[in-house]
Parts: sequence; C-alpha cells; structure tokens
Amino acid sequence: MPDILVVATAPLGTLSRSSLELVAGAHAIRGPLGLGVTGLLLGTGPGLATAPQALHEHGVARVLRVDHPLLTVGESDAYLRALEQVARRENPEIILVSADTMGRDLAVRLAWRLGAALVTECSDLASADGAVVASRQVYGGRAVATLAVTRRPAVLSLKPRSLDAPAPDPVAGSVEDLSVELQQGELSSRVREVLREQSDVGLEDAQVVIGGGRGMGGPEGFAQLGELASVLGGAVGASRPPADSGWVPLTWQVGQTGKTIRPALYMAVGISGATQHVAGVSGSRLIVAINRDAEAPIFSVAHLGIVADYKEIVPALVAKIREMRGQ
Amino acid sequence: MNVVVCLKQVVDPELPAKDFAMDPGTQRQVREGRPLVISTYDENALEVALQLKDASGAGVKVLTLGAQAAVGDAIRLALAMGADEAVVVDDALAPERAGAEKARMLAAAIRRMGSVDLILTGCESADWVERVVAPLLAEDLGVACVTFVSRIESRDGAPVVRRMVEDGHHLVEVRLPAVLSITSDESNRPRLPKVKDIMAAKRKPVQTWAPADLVLTATSDPASGVEVRQVVVPERTSRCEFLTGEPPELVEALVQRLRDQKLL
Ligand SMILES: Cc1cc2nc3c(=O)[nH]c(=O)nc-3n(C[C@H](O)[C@H](O)[C@H](O)COP(=O)(O)OP(=O)(O)OC[C@H]3O[C@@H](n4cnc5c(N)ncnc54)[C@H](O)[C@@H]3O)c2cc1C
Ligand SMILES: Nc1ncnc2c1ncn2[C@@H]1O[C@H](COP(=O)(O)O)[C@@H](O)[C@H]1O
Repeated sequence: MPDILVVATAPLGTLSRSSLELVAGAHAIRGPLGLGVTGLLLGTGPGLATAPQALHEHGVARVLRVDHPLLTVGESDAYLRALEQVARRENPEIILVSADTMGRDLAVRLAWRLGAALVTECSDLASADGAVVASRQVYGGRAVATLAVTRRPAVLSLKPRSLDAPAPDPVAGSVEDLSVELQQGELSSRVREVLREQSDVGLEDAQVVIGGGRGMGGPEGFAQLGELASVLGGAVGASRPPADSGWVPLTWQVGQTGKTIRPALYMAVGISGATQHVAGVSGSRLIVAINRDAEAPIFSVAHLGIVADYKEIVPALVAKIREMRGQ
Repeated sequence: MNVVVCLKQVVDPELPAKDFAMDPGTQRQVREGRPLVISTYDENALEVALQLKDASGAGVKVLTLGAQAAVGDAIRLALAMGADEAVVVDDALAPERAGAEKARMLAAAIRRMGSVDLILTGCESADWVERVVAPLLAEDLGVACVTFVSRIESRDGAPVVRRMVEDGHHLVEVRLPAVLSITSDESNRPRLPKVKDIMAAKRKPVQTWAPADLVLTATSDPASGVEVRQVVVPERTSRCEFLTGEPPELVEALVQRLRDQKLL
C-alpha cells in the first residue's frame, strides 16, 4: 500500500510529543486517501530503542529506524541527507514533518530535492476529493488559509502543538533498521555548542503558563511571574517585546514567531493581545488576562478579565495560594 | 565579504483589525490605502548585515522582488540605514506569488549579482509566514543554510552563528557561502537613519531588473499543485467575564475560579 511517511524523532530519550502530533495528522487523512502510515525514526541513542513501541501504541505498525552517530541534535544537514535517502527508497506519497526548529527546514529542503509539492507550518490536516487539505494561520493569526494539495509526492510540515496527541490505539508492529550513507565531511554546517535555557517546566508542555508582556516593565516584573508560575507548577512565557529586549530568554516567546501553547491555564499579564501573540495561545483551555487598560484587545480573547495594575494582583495572588496551602 | 539582504514589502502587520480586509479576487490582503513597510524580521536581517559592514567593511546589497512603483520607500529606508546599493526585480505579481516561486526568482537574481558570501533573509514574512524562502534559496544556490539565527559571533577565531532552538541556542559553524534567516533579539534591533543618511541614500545606486532578465533553475516548483482554496477571517465574539472589586476581592474571586476549574 502507498504510504504516508511520518518523520519521528526522540531527542530526549522518548518519542517526541511533536512526532505523536504528526501521527494524529496522518490518522486524520489516511482513511479517505486510502493510504497506510509508516513511521520513520531518525536519530541516535537510547530513545531510538523505545520509540518504535510508542509508535506501535498509537496505531503505527510499520516503523523504519535509522540510527546513525551523526544524527545528533540540531544537525540539520545530516538529517536532511538521511531523510532524502530513505524517501528515495520508500517513495511515499505524503511525508509529514514537524515544523519544529529543525524539521521546518528539513521539510522545505526535502521537498525541493524530491521535486515534491510543499505546504509548511500547517495547523490542521484534512482531505477532500483525494487531495490533502491543509490549514495554516496567515496575516499574524488574523486569518486562516486552506490549501489543497493535488500533487504527489507532497511534503507537509505541521506546527508543533497545533494538534492534540492521538489517543492510544495499540497495534502489533515491526521495526526495520535501515542504513544510510553519511559523512562528516559532506555536511555544510555543524553544531559547535549547545546552550540550554530551559526552565524546570518546558513551556510547550506546561499545563499552566504565565505570560508577561511589555507591561511588566522589566526583568523584575518577570521575577514575580516566576513565583506565580512556581506555586502553580507552571512555566513563564512572554510576548515579543520582553524577549526582544533581553528581559527574558528568546525561547520564552509565545505567538506567531514564538511557541504555540495549549495549556489548561494561560494567564496573560501586561500583554495587550496583538493578533500575533494570540495566534500562539488561542488553544488554551482557560485564558485569564490582567491588564490595566479595560480596552486592551486581550480581553476579547480572554475568558476571565481583571482590569488592574499587575503589581496589585500578582504578589497578592502568590501570597494567597501559599496561605491556602499553609506554606 | 559580500552580503545580500532580501527585503519584502508588506502591509504594516501591526495595523488595527479594522484596517484588515481580504481581497476575494487574489485571496490576499487588500493593500490599497494601507501603509507598506519592510517585513519585520527583514529589518533585523539588514541590521545584522550592517553590523558586519561596520565591523569588517562587508559590502551590503539589498534585493527586493516587488512592483518598482511600490517599493520606493522600502529601498530608500534600507539605503538610509546603510546598505550600499539595491536591486529591485520589478514584478507587480510578487504579492500574490507563493514563497517557492519567489525563492526561485530571488535565487536567479542573486546568481546574476556575481560573487556573494552571505545571503540574509527574515525568519518569516510578516504576512504569509511560510518560512520557505531561506531554505529554498540555499537549495537553489547549492549552499549551506541555517535558520532562526539571531547573531553572527566568533569562537576561537572561527565564525559561528547563534541559532534559536526550542530549549535554548546552538552555536553553529557554517561553510560559506550560506543563507541565514534572521530572527530578532536585543543585539539586532534595526538602527534608525539620521537625516544626513537619508540625504546620502539618494545618491546610492538602485538597479531595476525585469523578471525576464532572470535565468531560473529548472526544477519542479514546490508551490505547483498547491492551491489556495479560501482564506477565512474567523469571527471573534468576546466571552470575557470581568471580575470586579478592589484588589483583595479580585484575588479572592480569581482563586475561587481557579479552584472551580481544578487548577488549584
Ligand atoms: C511578524 C511579526 C511576528 C510577531 N510575533 C510575535 C510573537 O510571536 N509573540 C508576540 O507576543 N508578539 C509577536 N509580534 C508582536 C505583536 O504584534 C505585538 O507587538 C506584541 O505582542 C506586543 O507585546 P505586548 O502586548 O507585551 O506589548 P504592548 O502592546 O505594548 O502592551 C503592553 C500592555 O501592558 C499593559 N500594561 C502596562 N503596564 C501594566 C501594568 N502595570 N499592569 C497591567 N497591565 C499593564 C498595557 O495596558 C498594554 O495593554 C509579532 C509581530 C510581527 C509583525
Ligand atoms: N518579495 C520578496 N522580495 C525579497 N525578499 C523576500 C520576498 N518575499 C520573501 N522574501 C524573503 O524571504 C523571507 C521569508 O519569507 P517566507 O518564506 O515567505 O516566510 C522574508 O523575510 C524575506 O527576507
């Protein structure tokens, strides 16, 4: 059966959440298009041993695995070459890649090399009349474009945290180990140093995110948000101005250019609610906004609004929660 | 060192919602009567190039694909900021073209410029946000590619680029020539030109090329077979419930809601 190839990774020792989202995307289109789903695991290290099982548990029976010492984190060129070799052997009809920091380039460069049709940064996948129909946010989240892909092969990249991970659907499966030709000398870029800035709770997967904006006034304001996040067991995020100004790490940025998040609780503090910010948070279950301007657009997307200076709310909220817990 | 910066002109992406409208004919945003600006991150890309010029005398050319009649302001601003010269590929259809089509034309224009060491683009265009142009330029030109770069630094005398990733940064060594897509951080905030720079910019060379002057690479276009079916502007109805009272009551009410939702 012709196939949808899902390009999966396991950089942290287990199958990544983004890879599971690709599986959800594949499941959404495989039936109507009459395609099977094959998982391709690329990388090196212990994660590759357990990840096939995680794919089998989510309905992917056939798993191909490429374990190569050059496939370490961030080595885009090596991943591209490996992926290209496998794609040429397998001839899939559709290739799904995560639009994470590495995948988003891989998808594009692979499409060029295979002469494939390409849609990037998709937020949803569906099908109609034998075509893949992809949705993506445009104009800073003001509009959603729907694109029909009528040509095969096609490469589509899926924006992380746009889809829910699929429900478990265990199947009996197989794993095939493939070898690829890769040489250090042919790679045109190489990661020299990895600088981690992650807080304890990863922003993309936190159930609670406290976001701060320009209204925080500086890094000190973010220290207060850090306390609130820590009593709630969450992470701190930011709009663009604090990230751009170096008040917080760039990786904390949420929105069109930053991360997409879908926590159970998102609290936007001192954030006006520009569409480019809202684009990254609108999937949150409960949105609480604290802003001293009652007219701020964030209140048109929030479920709960507090019109006040954050300095009168945030420290008191932290104290109240601590008091409740007898701390 | 020769640096080319690709600049796209877009409708100001931070205009209020009331000024945003779709043109059903082109499936693109209405441009008439709206202010046009350089796409957000392209200004950061230009700033990175100008810092190389300040530090080591790199030559900086800007390249834009757009209607000659419309791109004047963008080009003048770029030259006033400090670019040495500009090339305009005069193409009225540019705003409706897919990123992949434009990338092929831009690659052809870059080949026509002769020897180039670094090609900088924005990390994403502010309007259509495809993030395809940089990697496609790299493929078309057969050179290296690193995206979401905020700085060009050096480590032990070798140039490395600082690339943003999910959980921090990677310092990446890259062979030249290379295409880098640039994202913003505090080190590349675009400079504001002074009055004398604006005057001097008027004397800087601007070349205009026709699309017919370009020799495109013969490959199958990644945008062919992809068709925009519709572009929908979702209705947003406010559902916000405002909590009321003085701060202690507000905090009390918020805690109650968080408990109701089992978030506390
Ligand atoms: C191409 C592009 C990509 C972008 N990508 C992103 C992105 O990924 N993420 C993102 O966030 N933005 C992004 N932006 C920027 C976006 O358009 C807005 O400029 C940005 O989100 C505004 O940030 P802000 O709300 O923090 O600041 P502002 O709009 O300045 O709002 C600050 C708010 O704080 C409030 N305030 C001030 N003081 C206090 C106080 N003491 N207490 C309570 N409230 C207070 C004010 O009333 C105001 O509403 C992008 C823009 C473009 C063009
Ligand atoms: N018409 C254009 N002229 C010059 N550069 C462009 C044009 N369109 C896109 N680019 C460049 O490609 C980058 C990324 O665009 P995109 O792939 O559309 O997100 C932009 O930030 C620009 O640097």
